[in-house]
Amino acid sequence: MRIVVPVKHVPDIHSDRQLTEDGRVARGAEDGTLNELDENAVEAALQLVEALGAEGRASSEVVALTVGPVESEAALRKAYQLGVDTAVRVTDDAVAGSDVFGTARAVAAGIRRLAQDGPVDLVITGMAALDGLGSVVPALLSAELGLPQLALAARLSVVDGVAEISRDLDGVTEVLTAPLPAVVSVTDHVNTPRYPNFKLIMAARTKDVTVWDLAELGLDPAEVGEGAARARVVSSGPRPPREPAEIVTDKGEGGVALAEYLIRNDLV
Amino acid sequence: MADSTDRTVLVHLDTPAQGLRSPALELLTMARGLGSVVAVALEEPSEGTLDQLAEHGVRELLVTELCGAPGADPHLTPVAAEALAAAVAASGATVVLLSSSFPTKEAAARLAHATGGGLVLDVTEVSVDGDGAVVGAKRVLAGTWDVACAVRSEPAVLTVRANAVVATPAPARSEVAVRRVAVEVTATATAARLVSRTEHEPAGGGSGRPALAEAAYVVAGGRGTLGDFGPVEDLADALGAAVGATRDAVDEGWVGHDAQIGQTGVTVAPRLYVGAGISGAPHHRGGMQSSAVIVAVNNDPDSPIFEIADFGVVGDLAEVLPQAAATIRAHRA
Repeated sequence: MRIVVPVKHVPDIHSDRQLTEDGRVARGAEDGTLNELDENAVEAALQLVEALGAEGRASSEVVALTVGPVESEAALRKAYQLGVDTAVRVTDDAVAGSDVFGTARAVAAGIRRLAQDGPVDLVITGMAALDGLGSVVPALLSAELGLPQLALAARLSVVDGVAEISRDLDGVTEVLTAPLPAVVSVTDHVNTPRYPNFKLIMAARTKDVTVWDLAELGLDPAEVGEGAARARVVSSGPRPPREPAEIVTDKGEGGVALAEYLIRNDLV
Repeated sequence: MADSTDRTVLVHLDTPAQGLRSPALELLTMARGLGSVVAVALEEPSEGTLDQLAEHGVRELLVTELCGAPGADPHLTPVAAEALAAAVAASGATVVLLSSSFPTKEAAARLAHATGGGLVLDVTEVSVDGDGAVVGAKRVLAGTWDVACAVRSEPAVLTVRANAVVATPAPARSEVAVRRVAVEVTATATAARLVSRTEHEPAGGGSGRPALAEAAYVVAGGRGTLGDFGPVEDLADALGAAVGATRDAVDEGWVGHDAQIGQTGVTVAPRLYVGAGISGAPHHRGGMQSSAVIVAVNNDPDSPIFEIADFGVVGDLAEVLPQAAATIRAHRA
């Protein structure tokens, strides 16, 4: 089985995140990391190929694919630590400023390029990137590739060339199936990502990363990047900090104080 | 610049068969300020829905009828996107508004992809700039930054967060014309099959509580509840609030996982959020930091949630919440 896991390099959510002057998420190598939700996608892919037994695992391949600048390689190193077999970085100045459509187009072109070397059975993504939180790139990848979409899987299984997921939405649980190849996105409930072992951490430092530009993918630079974006940031700025909280320590009347605060502010 | 009366705004209705809930009514309220409003239902609307549309000044309702591929179900988001594209073509709409749930965001993205339109997700304000471009404003990076995005290709497709505006009826009732729109669903849209769909009580609901995603009041519990959500539910019911929870409380099995507030769960932006026994980890803050008023109850005075709170009580939630609930009930009596 051959599985591609698109991953993203994002600022650590524990860091002080900022936007640049042109409204893009500021990315630096120092506090950047593999998008945490992509770890669930890597884990899901590894579990599927490991379930095939030693022989099946050996003939399978899990590929981590990212689109981004040189610094984004940190995300691929982390994917190597978790146990992916190969890693590809698509880097091209023309990609900068892409909206979700440009991003999906570039990732889809990377997957198509990978498919030239051998069939791709599954594309597994995380449910969202923790910087943008749009959650729509998996759906757009499915549209770009013309493959069925199984999004927000809280459970995933593959039997006889058919993938089945269940997904939990507000007030409803859905079960969906699709024949492979398919695009699947997984939530953070689908599994618990493994911790990298020492051997893989050491090995990840020196593993090869394949680097492609748009020409290698056969993608016209005019189809991605800021020029192709269908929406443009016109203003952005940090919100003013909140006023310091009014804090009371409960000495037997804390609940009354809370209720009175709500009543005073017309919330009751 | 196009006059707002020339612009047709298409509003997707989430639950036309059951009657409209507040997110759809908020969309209709917002749409009236942008142009002439046409609604679209992917299922047969109820009488109640038609009445609500008249109250909100909707001039036309498009009801899509799926044909073509077998197994075409509007709950499949690629199918929903094709139905919406047909409604855009039938109405000539240049703006499309949808709610901001996961499935509607998928449908919105696929609609914009198919029509060549621009997409802005999770907005709280929609306006039109001097050049006639539709601008969506939203909060990003866990509610710490404001961003406004101008759409530069039509149709402008926007998903709107619940509680972005207060739903208000139009000044005058309208006569709603109902038009059927046939949709030829492609085989690609039904490549994934819907095997089953099991409805259960929406998150935070139960016992007549509002659904978490759209509630104006939310009371949430975390690890500090030690598994007893009784005090959280007590205060929620005194306030008419929905019940939410942290990832921790969900992982412990204390509440259902669709009650999870956070960046991978439900994002809430209610008038009032009360967090009890919640430390305020970034994951949780990302799902509630845009709330208008934040109240925290925690026995640890150093909990990070106090840094983003408007009012806090340092104390035992099992004592504080029931006392607050009783005081509120006494005030109302």
